[in-house]
Amino acid sequence: MSTAAATTEAPPLRYPKLAQPWIALFLAILAELGIALFVLSVVSVPLIAVWVGIPMLLVVVPAARWFANCHRTMLAGFLGERIPRPYKKPPMPGMLMRLRTILTDPQTWRDIVWLLVNAVLGFTLSLLSAVLFLAGLFYLVYPLLVGVTPEGVFTEPFGGLVTVNFWTSFLVMPVALIAFLIWNAAGERLLKANAFVARSLLGPTESAKLAMRVRELAESRAETVDTQAAELRRIERDLHDGAQARLAALSMNLGMAEELVARDPAQAAALLTEARQSASTALSELRDLVRGIHPPVLADRGLEGAVKALALTCPFKVDVTFDVPGRPPAPVESAAYFAVAECLANAVKYSAATNAWVQITHEDERLHMIVGDDGVGGATVKPGGGLYGIERRLAAFDGTLTVVSPSAGPTTVIMELPCESSSLKTTPSSGTA
Amino acid sequence: MRVLIAEDHALLRDGLIRLLEAHDFEVVEAVDNGPRLVPALVEHRPDVAVVDVRLPPTFTDEGLKAAIEAREKVPGLPILVLSQYVEQLYARELLTGGGGGVGYLLKDRVSNVAEFLDAVRRVAAGGTAMDPDVIGQLLARNTRDEPISRLTPRESEVLGLMAEGRSNAAIASALFVTEKAVSKHTNNIFAKLDLPPSEDDNRRVMAVLTYLSSR
Repeated sequence: MSTAAATTEAPPLRYPKLAQPWIALFLAILAELGIALFVLSVVSVPLIAVWVGIPMLLVVVPAARWFANCHRTMLAGFLGERIPRPYKKPPMPGMLMRLRTILTDPQTWRDIVWLLVNAVLGFTLSLLSAVLFLAGLFYLVYPLLVGVTPEGVFTEPFGGLVTVNFWTSFLVMPVALIAFLIWNAAGERLLKANAFVARSLLGPTESAKLAMRVRELAESRAETVDTQAAELRRIERDLHDGAQARLAALSMNLGMAEELVARDPAQAAALLTEARQSASTALSELRDLVRGIHPPVLADRGLEGAVKALALTCPFKVDVTFDVPGRPPAPVESAAYFAVAECLANAVKYSAATNAWVQITHEDERLHMIVGDDGVGGATVKPGGGLYGIERRLAAFDGTLTVVSPSAGPTTVIMELPCESSSLKTTPSSGTA
Repeated sequence: MRVLIAEDHALLRDGLIRLLEAHDFEVVEAVDNGPRLVPALVEHRPDVAVVDVRLPPTFTDEGLKAAIEAREKVPGLPILVLSQYVEQLYARELLTGGGGGVGYLLKDRVSNVAEFLDAVRRVAAGGTAMDPDVIGQLLARNTRDEPISRLTPRESEVLGLMAEGRSNAAIASALFVTEKAVSKHTNNIFAKLDLPPSEDDNRRVMAVLTYLSSR
């Protein structure tokens, strides 16, 4: 809750000002309804001993989670940021496993604590915010109420403190002004304070955040390792079946030619020709392999040159805009290049596009890459697909991929890669004449 | 004919020197790094220079940059760039300077000695020698509404050879047809691509490449 006090400069509320009192009132009512869930949860735990607690928990906890999730969504509007849902997922299917996960998930207990806190503190804060506004309204129309109701119903505006008649009732109207002023100054803060309290209990704890992050990293690392191992196997196989075999044949041919050169020069010459051909095939295979590992033009010219070279080899027109101050670190550069290359390759293979564009910029410590085409669209990220491959490749760098591709086109692939400005190297005199 | 070689691999450098000297070229200098290349080119003004794209100290596109720089200082200096791989971007950069006397070939083309020597001589004479790989990539870029898609397969073949820098006579012998047939095809190609025909071998290559790459 100390963070709540520290974060005074929060973004503006997402709800309109005049809607706030009603939302606050709604939240106050919900807070009291939540107490039912609290009681049920608390009661069901000791009842596990007599088995009744198990089905109870299996109903109450999801209900409480749903209730908490509704609040997460609503309160996110006050905080101006999402409140994550830090629930553990059961590692295996099965009723008992689910129960075990529910019971060992600290968030379950934090939810229950929140139900109680919300019923007391949340209720008070919300109600205060609503009441300030409603009181303003009440005192504003107080003379009217006195006038239209039978005599004696509305005579004590402050609960027996003073008694008024129709004429003196106009004197309470300044109280309405004061109430409005207080609401204007404090209403929003009260709602925010409520949201901060809720976030501190509904949001993930530091350790839960860390655990989530560790899980993400472990997943992406495992995938990176897998991909790299597969890549190495592919390279090994390509070398073994291709260049290596050809070079062996070449050296055999040369050996035979060496032997034949005195006896049968004509056949020796034929063997030499064959040897030369197989040497040049081996070279071209090696060249393709090198391109697949690290395109030479990327090494020479960096991302800009490499993407421009890529654009030239596409069968349709590709516009390239590039605005990055300096060169990103080699691994980022390479990941970015292959991502763009794969997107363009997809466009060539499936989109029937006549135009495409690539936009690469550096903003907010991130490399933004947008690849679009005017083709037929319908591109999706599915496991095993090219786009999925890019997504995984980028994930290894904490990057993201978003595809917008309605079935009639056009397709836009938006990719982001973290890349700190400090790691950008200035290019040594790029661009020739 | 005086030739300058820039190649950092000692084996390849010696091989090139031996190959060229065996065919009556005079190797005036063989440099093995980028910074030495431009001064050497300007100093010797060779009839033709054979330059590797990757040279020390950066092992990137040093040779290509030096070639372009030297041609800015000495316009029309004939340079044949050799590379382990061909890149359209580089071919374009070499050609954008204008004028003939440029070549861009894969290193393994050297193994076909006759063709390689032909390319060297062509560049020395102010012609062009483009690698079939570059031309192949350029020709592959034909989509539905491109004029190039109107060419017959035979005409595409002729265009490809033409773009590599070959003369009508060379194309005729490569395709086993008469020179007259080749010039007929050539005229058809120019008509279909809306290019004014020209007698100059080099200019027609430029026109074809410019047309193909400026889309």
